[in-house]
Amino acid sequence: MPRSRLVFWLFFAPVLLWLLLLIVLPHLDLLTMSFRGENDYGEMGWTLQNYRNFFTEPVYWLTFVRTALYALITTFITFLLAMPVAFYISKLARSRVRGALMILLLLPFWVSELVRVYGWMILLRESGVLNFVMLKLGLIDKPVEMLYNDAAMIMGLVYTSMLFMIVPLVSVMESLDDSLIEAAHDLGAGKIAIWRTIILPHCKPGITSGAIVVFMLALGNYLTPNLMGGKNSLWFTEQIYNQFIASFNWNQGSAFGFLLLALSSLIIWAGLKLTGQRLGEVAS
Amino acid sequence: MKKVLVFVLMAMFALAGTARAETLKLLTWKGYAPQQVIDAFEKETGIKVEVTFSNNEEMIAKLRATRGAGFDLAQPSQDRISSVQEKYNLYQPMDYAKIDAKLFIPSMLDAVKKNTLVGGKSYAAPFCWGTSGLVVNSDKAAGADSWKALIDPTYKGRVSYRLKRPTLIAMGFALGYDPFALYKDPKAYKEMLDKIADTLIAAKPIVKNYWANGDSLIESMRSGEVFVAMAWDAGGWKLNADNKAIDFKAPKEGALGWIDTFAIPAKAENVAAAYKWINFIMKPENAGYFSSQEKCATASPDALKYTDKAVAANFARSFPQATIDNIKWYPPVPAQLESMEGKVLDKIKAAE
Repeated sequence: MPRSRLVFWLFFAPVLLWLLLLIVLPHLDLLTMSFRGENDYGEMGWTLQNYRNFFTEPVYWLTFVRTALYALITTFITFLLAMPVAFYISKLARSRVRGALMILLLLPFWVSELVRVYGWMILLRESGVLNFVMLKLGLIDKPVEMLYNDAAMIMGLVYTSMLFMIVPLVSVMESLDDSLIEAAHDLGAGKIAIWRTIILPHCKPGITSGAIVVFMLALGNYLTPNLMGGKNSLWFTEQIYNQFIASFNWNQGSAFGFLLLALSSLIIWAGLKLTGQRLGEVAS
Repeated sequence: MKKVLVFVLMAMFALAGTARAETLKLLTWKGYAPQQVIDAFEKETGIKVEVTFSNNEEMIAKLRATRGAGFDLAQPSQDRISSVQEKYNLYQPMDYAKIDAKLFIPSMLDAVKKNTLVGGKSYAAPFCWGTSGLVVNSDKAAGADSWKALIDPTYKGRVSYRLKRPTLIAMGFALGYDPFALYKDPKAYKEMLDKIADTLIAAKPIVKNYWANGDSLIESMRSGEVFVAMAWDAGGWKLNADNKAIDFKAPKEGALGWIDTFAIPAKAENVAAAYKWINFIMKPENAGYFSSQEKCATASPDALKYTDKAVAANFARSFPQATIDNIKWYPPVPAQLESMEGKVLDKIKAAE
């Protein structure tokens, strides 16, 4: 079928070119850059120093550990919040309400992340809406600063990644046969037992794919930690930005970029191993 | 198939047609190319102006990524030109015969020429200047007149500054060093940076947040959340227009003076348009309009005649002659200092 193959390549060529020129080549360039550096005389040469710096400078690896830990916490909180919401949407809501609820979930994502973060800042700041209301109601007698701390930052991250947890959960829950739950109930299983033995195992692929997406989004986020986190919130992505932009050290910056890629893949791999899953199952 | 071919050809002609209209690609700071000036420029020369907003660090990164292509004119600060020029060759030498020397304050033009001298050639002409200093709410913090106010426990939780190199320099002056004199001696500079890092880490409970953009700082000063901040003079004057209690104040150690310039990237496509723009915006009436809009002084000797009285009054109020004489102008930054500073800034931000 030479003709159909020609058509295939004709349609495929732009995608291929796009991938090759805009994604693969720049990454290869960054990869070589990450292995180059200046020696003491200011000459460029091949070196592992950029990677060594990450492990020998406590500021760098501690920042990564902190970032990864907070991303995990964010993922867990998102999961806890998303589970009941997804259950309500897929099982309890009537079909017309279901559509409306999904649109309500999507609505905030029609504006950019920056606008959403600024919205939160207007609500939470010391002279902001929440403080104003609480002062008027007499709940507090002095405005409280609710921004610029880790809790505010995690809340912002959870808010921006909710959708990516709920959507896969809703889709796996829809495939769960209601009669299984009813049968378990008739046979005397309690609520906790039903969740533990029926709903959660069935939702496992959805939970895993949602968790991976949320974890990566939180780990790679730049805006929310920077704007809502305040003075102690150095995020690993910000460190990469600083290396490229503030220190002009592109070699160090690309090494950090690849370390982020490798270490986050490692964390996800470990997570899959611990829960006894394979990536293939999750993707299908 | 034929139809598709015809369509593609027509699309190409259409694109070629738009590409012929002359454009000037300008890489600059927010506010440096007021719409009214752009419109007047287009009307006079027929050249379309495309503006990209940036800051010093991103300007360098953008030009470095393309090895000096993609823009016809950039506006970096004068102290950030010579070291990157030496290392990455981002700009082309300025042809001073093509700019109208009458439009510039001679001493400022000479200073910029001297500070951007690389290999016997100069690379920039001055556009505007200003200072970093303190912005103080005198109702709440009347006594703040030194960089030390930024680390003063009296103002705990009411202080804000950027976590960028100017803050390090300011702290250096506050601690009694002369950072600019130490530029030549990286070892002594490193010692000073370590001392500054310790000071700023110890002062973390005092600072409310590290501000990242000017508008958000103005908002927190206006709402009374912040009493003392390190910021640019123009920001202080903007606040003063709404609330007389808030104003720019040059610290007694001396405000930090910067000059933003015109520099032509190495692979600029439309160099002629770049020179036209320089000579156009430096005309007293255009420079004066820019000053009124952005509350920022220019290198044009006659611009003040065309500047709003209220804005001209700002300069008179905040900069008596003694204060001007005390301004510490940034000398060109040697290359290796910036990576040292980057590390120190990361350390401060990461510390609990």
